[in-house]
Amino acid sequence: MASTAGTAPVTTAPASDDSSRRRGLTGYVLLVPGVVWLALFFVIPFYSLVATSLYDPGGSVFSGYEMSYQFSNYWHAIQDYWEPLLRSLWYAGLATLICLVLGYVLAYAIAFKAGRWKNLMLVLVIAPFFTSFLVRTLSWKLILADGGLIVNSLQAVHLLGPDGRLLATPFAVICGIVYNFLPFMVLPLFASIDKIDHRLIEASSDLYANPFVGFWKVTWPLSLPGVVSGTLLTFIPAAGDYINAQLLGSPNQRMVGNVIQNLFTQANDYPAAGALSMILMILIVAMVLFYVRRAGTEELL
Amino acid sequence: MSSSADVAQERRAPARASFDGLRLENLTKSFGAFTAVDDLDLDVPRGSFFALLGPSGCGKTTTLRMVAGLETPTSGGITLAGQDITYAKPYKRPVNTVFQNYALFPHLDIYENVAFGLKRRKAGNVDAQVKEMLSLVELDSQTRKRPAQLSGGQQQRVALARALINKPEVLLLDEPLGALDLKLRRNMQIELKRIQTEVGLTFIHVTHDQEEAMTMADTVAVMNAGVIEQMGAPEELYENPRTTFVANFLGQSNLIEGTIKGRSGDLVTVDMHGIDVSVPAARSHADGDKGWIGIRPEKVLIGDPGEQLDAPGNSVPGGVVSDVSFVGVSTQYLVRMPWGQELQVFAQNTGHRRIYRSGEQVDLSWRPDYAFLLDASQDARAGAQEGTD
Repeated sequence: MASTAGTAPVTTAPASDDSSRRRGLTGYVLLVPGVVWLALFFVIPFYSLVATSLYDPGGSVFSGYEMSYQFSNYWHAIQDYWEPLLRSLWYAGLATLICLVLGYVLAYAIAFKAGRWKNLMLVLVIAPFFTSFLVRTLSWKLILADGGLIVNSLQAVHLLGPDGRLLATPFAVICGIVYNFLPFMVLPLFASIDKIDHRLIEASSDLYANPFVGFWKVTWPLSLPGVVSGTLLTFIPAAGDYINAQLLGSPNQRMVGNVIQNLFTQANDYPAAGALSMILMILIVAMVLFYVRRAGTEELL
Repeated sequence: MSSSADVAQERRAPARASFDGLRLENLTKSFGAFTAVDDLDLDVPRGSFFALLGPSGCGKTTTLRMVAGLETPTSGGITLAGQDITYAKPYKRPVNTVFQNYALFPHLDIYENVAFGLKRRKAGNVDAQVKEMLSLVELDSQTRKRPAQLSGGQQQRVALARALINKPEVLLLDEPLGALDLKLRRNMQIELKRIQTEVGLTFIHVTHDQEEAMTMADTVAVMNAGVIEQMGAPEELYENPRTTFVANFLGQSNLIEGTIKGRSGDLVTVDMHGIDVSVPAARSHADGDKGWIGIRPEKVLIGDPGEQLDAPGNSVPGGVVSDVSFVGVSTQYLVRMPWGQELQVFAQNTGHRRIYRSGEQVDLSWRPDYAFLLDASQDARAGAQEGTD
């Protein structure tokens, strides 16, 4: 009995040493699924994209590409496609702004005015996701079609000329983008506005702020986290979108997404497509970083 | 209840013509079928520290919110310094509120919180005024902190400064000390009273803490179920309550059933379970031939059977001590009387009298001028539970 008691500390010491080493390993083992996931779905595709963007443009899908660090691909891509690139940012920016205005009103109404209809209204915001993105965009084609109700009505009140049309205009493309990305704006805005303590708004009106001033000084700043995440969730996918421009626009409304898709699938110009993708990504990341810094939302988020 | 309202109205009548304070007339607020405030009449003189005291749900906060403009009255009117503000927008009233949860703006620092009202009114000299106000509440070193970085007491002072800086006609305080711990609360009570005396504004303080109301206010209005039960100076309310609710809610009271035998001059004689006791007519608020004889526990003297107690007047023999608790400054007895009721007696620990033990025979006695008589139609236990918490 005594001997076992005496040896106990001797045997436990290496055991604890061993277990601490094992504990160190456990951390890495637990990391494996995440690392594999990231490697498979981010690092490898990203590497492949970077590599593609630096291929020798002289090659083709049939003869194969040579990796030759062709940084000039980027320059050529900008030279050839700056127009759709800028148009994408412009359309996405405008659509984000419209989404913000519409989404804010909707989110505010759901959060503060809906009462017992709150949950139903939230479900209605998400409801469009139950049908396919394509089907919904195609139905906008019907809504805005020449000879359709809207075009006819606008022609009747002479807001649109007799030959005027909505389809295949920037209006239609932006409409489509706004419609498709509105829920991404409404949901984060709702989450932010719903959290605002109503008594703060009462306090602002008690302190001589009329409803308008009270909104800008209290409600708006307190909803900024939602505004920032909503605009990011809308702007980023909208800038890379190509479905709306393809279904509702014409070649004149071509966005950078259409160009990339075309280069990859029709023209088979992989280096140019890769370079353009990289440019779009770098632009968006730079803009987002600048925006988040400027909005100063680190402490709000 | 109705009689007390009548008396209050009579007392106010002469001042009605030229009144520069806050006046509530026939104010009623209903939420659906529930009437939160019922036909309330109230005058708050300018420059006074007024307390609205009542249990939760009695309508005091609703009254306050109607004065602030955050709630629209169902009927009735509110006038402030002769001006009708019943339907004025909250941001157009010269009234500011210190909210129960402070409602400080979390995205603004202390300085901006305090400057908020001045900036909205485009007042000049904002910087100097804010600094002066922050030094009044002793927060000059914290101006650039956010509310979340301050303690409860500091937040409370910011809320007070934010409202006070606007020099409102009336400052409304909605249980502002409720969230503080006891010691801090005592300090803030003294602080608030000091600031009120210093700036001379009208303060209306809503609270359910009777001690807080009595220590701070010049005038206390006790509110219950949407109506004011009684209004007056703290001593007057405590010494001469008109309803059982006030008697129980403000401090504690022994209420003993009695039959009125006769009224002669300024004395009312009441038969209390076979013992004749007298109550001054001015302290008698019973109309019928039955009533509740009220006496505060600290006014009751306790002595050996047959002993001559130094309170000539009502003497009640035949009690048995059923419970003793020694609190230090006083000893609190429960004495079972021959008719089965237990009376509370607080004997001050002066050292002159011995402490009685449970089971001992005692006589009780009190001076007639300390007793009061309440109408028998009321529930003797009204307000008792709310008062003790």
